Amino acid sequence: MNATIATLLVQDGLTSGLIYALLAVSIVLVFLVTRVLWVPAGDMVAFAALTMSLLRQGIAPNTVWLLAGLGLLAVLVQAWRCQRSREWQPMRGVLLLALIPPVLGYAITRSGLAGADAPVIVHALITLLLVAPLAPLLYLTAFRPLAEASVLVKLIAAVAAHYMLVGFGLFFFGAEGLRTPPFISGRLDVGITTLSWHLLLSLAVSIAMIAALWVFFERTLWGKALRATAINRFGARLVGIRTERAGLLAFSIAGLIGALSGLMIGPIATIYYDSGFLIGLKAFIGVVCAAMASFPVAVLGALAVGVFEAFASFFASALKEAIVFVLLVPILLWRSLTDHSLHGEDD
Amino acid sequence: MAVPAHRIPALVVALLIVLAPWMLPVWIVTLLGYVGLYSIVCLGLVLLTGMVGITSFGQAAFVGLGAYVSALSIIHLGLSPWLTLPLSLAASGLAGALIGWLTIRLSGHYLVLGTMAWGLGLFYLFGNLQGLGGFNGLSGVPRLEAAGLSLVEPARFMLLVWALLAILFAGTTTLIDSRAGRAIRALRDPVMVESFGVQSASLKLKVFVAAALFAGLAGWLHAHYLGHVSPSPFGINASVDYLFMAVIGGTGSPAGAVLGPAVVESLRTLLRDAVPALQGVGGNYEAIVFGALVILLLQRASGGLAPYLSRWLPQRPPPRAPAVAPPLPTRKPPSAGSALLEVRGLGKRFGGLVALQGVDFNVPAGQIVALIGPNGAGKSTLFNLVTGVLPPSEGEVRLQGQRIDTLPPRAIAARGVARTFQHVRLRANMTCLENVAIGTWLRGRAGVMAGALALSREEDAQCLFEAQRQLDRVGLGALASAPAGSLALGQQRVLEIARALAADPSLLMLDEPAAGLRLQEKQALATLLRELKSQGVTVLVVEHDMDFVMNLVDRVVVLQFGTKIAEGTPDVVRRDPRVIEAYLGGLDD
Repeated sequence: MNATIATLLVQDGLTSGLIYALLAVSIVLVFLVTRVLWVPAGDMVAFAALTMSLLRQGIAPNTVWLLAGLGLLAVLVQAWRCQRSREWQPMRGVLLLALIPPVLGYAITRSGLAGADAPVIVHALITLLLVAPLAPLLYLTAFRPLAEASVLVKLIAAVAAHYMLVGFGLFFFGAEGLRTPPFISGRLDVGITTLSWHLLLSLAVSIAMIAALWVFFERTLWGKALRATAINRFGARLVGIRTERAGLLAFSIAGLIGALSGLMIGPIATIYYDSGFLIGLKAFIGVVCAAMASFPVAVLGALAVGVFEAFASFFASALKEAIVFVLLVPILLWRSLTDHSLHGEDD
Repeated sequence: MAVPAHRIPALVVALLIVLAPWMLPVWIVTLLGYVGLYSIVCLGLVLLTGMVGITSFGQAAFVGLGAYVSALSIIHLGLSPWLTLPLSLAASGLAGALIGWLTIRLSGHYLVLGTMAWGLGLFYLFGNLQGLGGFNGLSGVPRLEAAGLSLVEPARFMLLVWALLAILFAGTTTLIDSRAGRAIRALRDPVMVESFGVQSASLKLKVFVAAALFAGLAGWLHAHYLGHVSPSPFGINASVDYLFMAVIGGTGSPAGAVLGPAVVESLRTLLRDAVPALQGVGGNYEAIVFGALVILLLQRASGGLAPYLSRWLPQRPPPRAPAVAPPLPTRKPPSAGSALLEVRGLGKRFGGLVALQGVDFNVPAGQIVALIGPNGAGKSTLFNLVTGVLPPSEGEVRLQGQRIDTLPPRAIAARGVARTFQHVRLRANMTCLENVAIGTWLRGRAGVMAGALALSREEDAQCLFEAQRQLDRVGLGALASAPAGSLALGQQRVLEIARALAADPSLLMLDEPAAGLRLQEKQALATLLRELKSQGVTVLVVEHDMDFVMNLVDRVVVLQFGTKIAEGTPDVVRRDPRVIEAYLGGLDD
C-alpha cells in the first residue's frame, strides 16, 4: 500500500460514507419522531438504484405497481380511520400522496418521455417520484397503527417490512445485480491526486440535502414541530402538534433521502435486490455511534464506517463484511456501558 | 390415572405425531420433521424473547455452529455422529456463553442490533473461513444411524426430532412454573428482581445459553439429516425466519414455539402447491406473505396465534399454594430495641449538586420510623443509598453493626432488607401469588436445571405456601390467582408489601406507600402497618404525606434540602418551628 492507493481508498470510503451518512440522518430522524428503527432505509436505496438503472436501459420499472398497491392500501386504511372518527379531512392528503406518484409515474414511463435516450435528470426525477413515496405509504399502512406499541414491537414490524420489500425487489428486478452509468464520468485533477466527479457530485448533493434539512429544522414551523415531537411526543401533542402528521413527514423525508442515496450509490457499486440490508446496517453503525440522538455524530460515524470498509476490503476483501459487523459489537458495548438512561424495558 | 384437562391438547398432539407415519403421506411426515426441527429453535426463542425479552436476530448462527462443528469433527476426526452431539452442544453452548456475556450487557435496541451483528459476523465466517468449504459448504456428512436403522428415513427422523422436542417442551414448561422460571419471567425488570436477591445478569446468561443449546441441537440434527452443511440456512434471513415463526405462534408460551413453525410451514407448502403460477415468477412471495402476516399480527394481536387458540382449549390452572408445606428457613429476628439500621454522616453529590449531606439517624428494631420532607428534600436519594441502588459519596450505613453502604442491592437484600417501590413494580400478567413468590427468592436454592428437571417441586411448594401466607397476612389471600395488573393501585401497593414480607426481612423499607391512594386505602394501609409492627416487624417508611405518618410511626426524621432538620417523636416534630417552616413556609420575612 502506498499513498496513492490510500488516497483512492479514502475517496472510495468517503463516497460510500456520504451515502451511509445521509441514511444515518434519515434513520435518526425517523427514530426520534416515531421510535421506529427504520430498517428498510437500505431498501429505499436499492429500489432507487435499480429503478434508475432500468430507466437508463429504457425499461419501464414495475415498482409503480407496488407503489399503486401500497397507495390503495393506505387509502383504505385511512378511509377506515376516517369512517371511525367521522373526520374526513385527513383523507385529502393521503389521496394526494397515494395516487399522484403512481399515476404520474405510469404516464411518464408509458409516454415515451423517458426512453433510454432521455436526459439523466428526467430519469432521476422519475426515480425519486417512484421510490420516495414508498416510505410514507409504509408509515400509513404498517407503522401508524403501531404508534403506541413498544420499541421492540416496532422493530420487528420494521424488519418484517424490510423482508416484504426484499421479496418485492426480487419480483421487480430479478436476481441479477445492476449498475448505473455515472452521471458525470471522469476525474478532476487537483495536483496531489485526482478526484472523481461522482464524489464531488455526491458531496454537493449531500451538502445541499443536509443544508436543506438544517433550514427546515431551524427556520420552519413544521421543522420545529418535528423537533418538538422528537423531544417529547406527549408534550408536543399537548401544544397542538399532530404527532401522527409529524411521523408522516419524517417518513417522507426518509423516503426522499433514501431515494437520493440510491441515485448516488448506483454508479459506484453493483446493487442487487437485497443489497439494501447491508447498506442500511452500515448506516446503523454510524447511528449507534451517535446513540440515536445526534445528527452530526451520526454523520461522522457513517463516514468513518465508509472509510473503514474501503480499507477492510483492500486488506481482506473476503472478510470485509464480517469485519465491519464485528466492529459494531465493541461500539454497541461502549454505548451500552456509557448510556445509563435505560433501566430495563417494560412492554 | 386421571389426566389434568389442560394436558390433553399436548397429549393429543403427541398421539397424532406417533400415529402420523402410518396415517399420513410421506411429504406431510417430512414436513412434520422440519416443523419439529424449527420448533426446537423457537422454543429457545420463547425463553429468550418471550420470557426474558431479549429479541434475537441471530439464532440461526447457533444452529449453524452446531451443524458445522459436527460436520468438521466427523470429517477431520472420524467420529461417529452420535459422538459429535456433545461437541456440537459444547460449541454452541460456549459460543452462547461468550456472545451472551457480551450481548446481555447491551440494552434495548442496541441489544437487538448486537444480535444482528454477531449473526451476520458468524454467517460470513462460515462462508469465508478456510476449510469450511466456502459458500458451497461441506458435503458427505454421514447420516444418523441407530441399531442398524437409518434415521434419515423421514418417518424415523420425524419421530426422533419430535421425541427430542417433547423432552425440551416438557422441561421448558416445568421450568416456567418453577422458582427459577418465575425469576426469569420477571427479568424484564432487573431493578426489582435484584432488590430481591436475583443475580439478573447471570440468570439472563443462563437463558441465553439454553436458547443457544436448543439451536445447536437443531443444527446437529439438520447436518446429519441433510448430509450437507452450507452457510445459507444459517444466515440472517434464517434468523429472521425463526423469529417470525416464534412471533406468529406467540412468544408468550411454549405452545407458540410449536404452533408458529407448524402454521408457517403449512402455509409455505400450501402457497407453493396452491399457487403454482408463483413458482415461475421467481419472486420471493414467501417473504412478502410472512412479512405482511407478521405486521398484521403485531397490529391486531401482538401475542401471536397461541393465545387465540388456547381460548378454545382447557386452560392451565394458575399455580396454587399447597394446603400445608414445611416452612422456609427464617432469619434470626434482631433483639427488640437494638439499633437495626444506623446511618452516619451520609452524603451524596451528583456532580456539583449536593443532594444529601451529613445525615445521621437510627432505626431501632421493632419500631416504625418515618423519613419525611418536602419535595426535593433528598428522601428518594436516601432511600436509594440505603438499598444500594446508588453508592454514597460519603458516610456509612450499617445494618446490625455491619457496613452495607458498599454492597449492591442484592447483597443488601440478602442481609435482610426488603423494599417496595414508589412506582409499583409488579409483573402485571403474573398472578398475585407468583409475584409474592418472587420475594422468597433468597430463601430457596433450586436453579434453572433443577427447575427444568422438576427436582425443585418440594421447595417450590414451600415458596408458594409462604407466598400465600403473606398474601393472607396482608388481606389479599382471596386474590392469589388474579393477575397483579388487575388490582387497584392501593391493592398493588399492599401486594408489594406482601412480596417484601415474603423475603422474611429484618427491615422493611417502604418508598412512599401512600402516594396516589384514596383516603380509605390510606387508612387500610395504616392499619396493616400497625399490625405488622405489633408482630415485631421493623419498618422505615419514606413518605410525603404528614397526616399519614404522624398517627402511625414511633419516630420521625425530617429532611430539607438534603440535610436533617429535625428528629423525634411525632409530637415533638410537629411542634418544631423549622419543620413548620419547611412545610408551610415562613410566617414572616
